[in-house]
Amino acid sequence: MNFADSASAMKNLLGSEGDSQRTLYPYVTGTSVVAIKYKDGILIAADMGGSYGSTLRYKTVERLKPVGKHSVIGASGEISDFQEIMRYLDELILYDNMWDDGNSLGPKEVHNYLTRVMYNRRNKFNPLWNSLVLGGVKNGQKYLGTVSMIGVQYEDSHVATGFGNHLARPILRDEWHENLTYEEGVKLLEKCMRVLLYRDRSAVNKLQIAKITEEGFTISQPYSLKTFWDFAAFKNPTVGAEGSW
Amino acid sequence: MDSISSDLNAPHSMGTTIIGVTYNGGVVLGADSRTSTGMYVANRASDKITQLTDNVYICRSGSAADSQIVSDYVRYYLHQHTIQLGQPSTVKVAANLVRLVAYNNKNMLQTGMIVGGWDQYEGGKIYGIPLGGTVLELPFTIGGSGSSYLYGFFDQVWKEGMTQEEAEKLVVKAVSLAIARDGASGGVVRTVTINKDGASRKFYPGDTLPLWHEEMEAHDSLLDILSAAAPEPMVT
Repeated sequence: MNFADSASAMKNLLGSEGDSQRTLYPYVTGTSVVAIKYKDGILIAADMGGSYGSTLRYKTVERLKPVGKHSVIGASGEISDFQEIMRYLDELILYDNMWDDGNSLGPKEVHNYLTRVMYNRRNKFNPLWNSLVLGGVKNGQKYLGTVSMIGVQYEDSHVATGFGNHLARPILRDEWHENLTYEEGVKLLEKCMRVLLYRDRSAVNKLQIAKITEEGFTISQPYSLKTFWDFAAFKNPTVGAEGSW
Repeated sequence: MDSISSDLNAPHSMGTTIIGVTYNGGVVLGADSRTSTGMYVANRASDKITQLTDNVYICRSGSAADSQIVSDYVRYYLHQHTIQLGQPSTVKVAANLVRLVAYNNKNMLQTGMIVGGWDQYEGGKIYGIPLGGTVLELPFTIGGSGSSYLYGFFDQVWKEGMTQEEAEKLVVKAVSLAIARDGASGGVVRTVTINKDGASRKFYPGDTLPLWHEEMEAHDSLLDILSAAAPEPMVT
């Protein structure tokens, strides 16, 4: 038993490099991520669902993860690719810490790294099937960005992935403003998440909200939102139009 | 007639129902035993719960060939890892090795697996590894085509911290319910229970399983039923 043996054995683990690979389609997927800047930093919300096609298969998947001291990443799309991205990020942060030079990667740098990774994979026709949100605070500067599976990236005061773009962003365009307090921010995100729960088939009623400020990050415990069905129009939807629905 | 000949050459796939459940002290893995090629049952008594190490087993579903080769590779690596480590491998390492193979070959593999075992650091653990190579550590998980019929069942009856007996009963009941409704699952129910004392296999042939809706008691022959209804009079 020698090390050369295990090295060539490891190569097998990593798949045959001969054939050109391409990710064809995702299997276990997470849905929307919604994020906003607020007075003290960034708030990011995501539910804990891992869908398998149309089946809501896993209901306690953590889609919000800390990155280093200053950032939090939220991911939608293929969960196995997100798990791989987390391995890349953990390695990136480790090497950064090993310099031991008082410097640390901030959200802007991490976002840029992710953009390069996603774009380069896209160019090889083998994308990481995710849409990512990266938020953080460093030296008083708030940062919120997003990057897609084809490498499109941008920053804004509020961002979302997937269905969130269609359902949450309009609400945020209307109601977001600079200097939201923490409470106002959470309520605003919850409003968005509730709409997503009503209207996104792959949404699941268990979510987490992450807060990043200069002091650090917190990712909340999982919790569920109340939903409202007690409307006259819901009880008698076809009154005045029998036969409709 | 055509369908039969094309069936015989179709890829072997395990329709399957597989289950992994943690209990207070270890894990119970369960599976059916049907391997089909198209509509033909190629093996009615397969063993889908495969050993990786003394303390870690894997439930295989999907393509029989793919799941067998993944298990073989992981068993090989775990064997070396155990020698190098000088002690039994943890369940987490086994699950991660399965992940590496599944994730890095995701374009070619069609197999969903459940890794379950017991180690001295974390106790009993179950890891679900569906298509794509995602790894999720879970209190219980189900897989295979038969699992579709069990989501509601588990939503209702699952509870944390069951005893070994409760867990085994639950797994057998669940596999048996899936077999009743999934054409791709059938045969016998096999379970493997793993805890600090090691791994033990159990075997539940079809006739020991409970009967569900529209299923009837099995008999040797109609003649027995008729003679029971109208017994011939005794004659001296």
